[in-house]
Amino acid sequence: MAGETIASAAIRPDTDIQGFFGFSRPQAIAFLVLVAVVAVSPFLLYPVFLMKILCFALFACAFNLLIGYVGLLSFGHAAYFGMGAYIAGYTAKAWGFPPEVSILLGGAVGAALGLPFGWLAIRRAGIYFAMITLALAQMVYFFCLQAPFTGGEDGIQAIPRGTLLGIFDLSSDMAMYWLTAFVFLAGFLLIHRIVHSPFGQVLKAIRDNEPRAISLGYRVENYKLVAFVLSAGLAGIAGGTKALVFNIATLTDVHWSMSGEVVLMSLVGGLGTVFGPVVGAAVIITMQNYLAEFGAWVLVIQGAIFIACVLAFRRGVLGEIAHALKVKL
Amino acid sequence: MESLIFFLEDAAPLLVLGLVNGAFYALLSLGLAVIFGMLNVINFTHGAQFMMGAFVAWMLLSWAGIGYWGALILAPLIVGAVGVLIEKTMISRLYKLDHLYGLLLTFGCALVIEGLFRNNFGVSGLPYAVPAELRGGIDLGFMFLPTYRGWVVLMAVVMCLLTWYVIEKTKVGSYLRAATERPQLVQAFGVNVPRMMTLTYGAGVALAAFAGVLAAPIYSVRPDMGASFIITVFAVVVIGGMGSIMGSIVTGFMLGFVQGVTELIYPPFAQTVVFFIMAIVLLTRPAGLFGRA
Repeated sequence: MAGETIASAAIRPDTDIQGFFGFSRPQAIAFLVLVAVVAVSPFLLYPVFLMKILCFALFACAFNLLIGYVGLLSFGHAAYFGMGAYIAGYTAKAWGFPPEVSILLGGAVGAALGLPFGWLAIRRAGIYFAMITLALAQMVYFFCLQAPFTGGEDGIQAIPRGTLLGIFDLSSDMAMYWLTAFVFLAGFLLIHRIVHSPFGQVLKAIRDNEPRAISLGYRVENYKLVAFVLSAGLAGIAGGTKALVFNIATLTDVHWSMSGEVVLMSLVGGLGTVFGPVVGAAVIITMQNYLAEFGAWVLVIQGAIFIACVLAFRRGVLGEIAHALKVKL
Repeated sequence: MESLIFFLEDAAPLLVLGLVNGAFYALLSLGLAVIFGMLNVINFTHGAQFMMGAFVAWMLLSWAGIGYWGALILAPLIVGAVGVLIEKTMISRLYKLDHLYGLLLTFGCALVIEGLFRNNFGVSGLPYAVPAELRGGIDLGFMFLPTYRGWVVLMAVVMCLLTWYVIEKTKVGSYLRAATERPQLVQAFGVNVPRMMTLTYGAGVALAAFAGVLAAPIYSVRPDMGASFIITVFAVVVIGGMGSIMGSIVTGFMLGFVQGVTELIYPPFAQTVVFFIMAIVLLTRPAGLFGRA
């Protein structure tokens, strides 16, 4: 495989792990900007819209953990996202579980699903890995279509948001927003921490030169599998949070087009960048919001963005900015 | 003996349906394998091009009065030409990059095509009648075989064998196989390899469109008819491995048949059985049944 790889299109990570929480200086500034935006925006914009962005931003970051740092393109992440949504929705509605437990259960089931699927998929790399993850996710889709607890075509509706820790009533959008913001930032920092741990360094070594990592004595399958399970679990948490925000979990969440959407978000923002998926999620969700009335044109435009990104814009929005500023973001 | 005949009467239609599905799996995975062999690109647009084949057949009939037989030849040519355009303008720019970019690009193309058709034709299916010559059925004694279904299986077999013959037994095919192994060397011998890649893509796409025309009278003609189909075909490709042309043909028919059998034994499992088989194959032979590691 000659030439530019997906991972090398992103800015190469440098090795300086310093400063605050493993952030380099530009990243620390970007992170503070991100926190400020998350804190201020609900007073300026519609909170439900912002919560949608945050859920998808976490989903895209989870996806990016695999493609950006292990070099594995999963085309089936909707399975973990959608399963997380169904489980959180079902436990919150049918069993009356509190929101924090429902969301964590969604993440746990996402991770539990990621374990066998990842175990199967990492036997192949590259294009095959993408096709296998897509096929396995389609299996989950058919399962959700037939299983009784998912409500079939109707999905699970009227999911209660409940009371956080038995103290905070989440029925107001503002209260729910702060929970979503917390989940997003915690997930984001967790991913950042994973990537900058010794474990993350091995992942990058595998991405850049797998035979060498093997010859150094690393069991690369184990590393890949753990990364896959973490990614799936975080996708499940994103899905579970989404289910509580919108009070609904449907087949859309497990459909292959959802897997495509998260790929698009990461691609637009910048594959392999830390903040790129967040920017990409914001761009795509905003676009969908404005184009909702145009029906199938959303599909055409999303496809066109895919094509434009691949042909001319492989670094993505944040990748281009980082490249221009000669920093990594 | 009596009970066997009763069993066959029940089973045969489902098995035929399985074979018909298998015919489409074989045609589509064959096209994917041909394109992948030469271009190293997994053509995600394949499902959309299958759908376009069916739609072009419908358009030829409704707008130009050209019937099934004309469409069987014209639709693959038209859709193949669109494929050539896509390869020339977009895919050919990606050969030096990671193969995953080809996957992402063709996925984008699939979204654009499906979206455009949805805009113009909505999401409900359009009817396409079985041609007069192929209506009715044949009584085989133990079952009634609808002529058109038999025709689809027959045409798929013929088309697959023809493709196999062209690639494995003709001079053009030998150029193609040589260019797959060593493109630079073949180019040095004066063969125009880039043009060969373009035409290979066009041919693979034409194969998908041909399958689309065959499918038009069986499934309703709708914009999303290819999208879910192609994911199953991906699983078929993983099971077969893309190493051999014959391998993808055999795997396609086999899995369609297995699906038919599953429909007979335990219907809810029929849609997912292919994915389970994929999982088992990955565990035992990760390179696929006919693949080279």
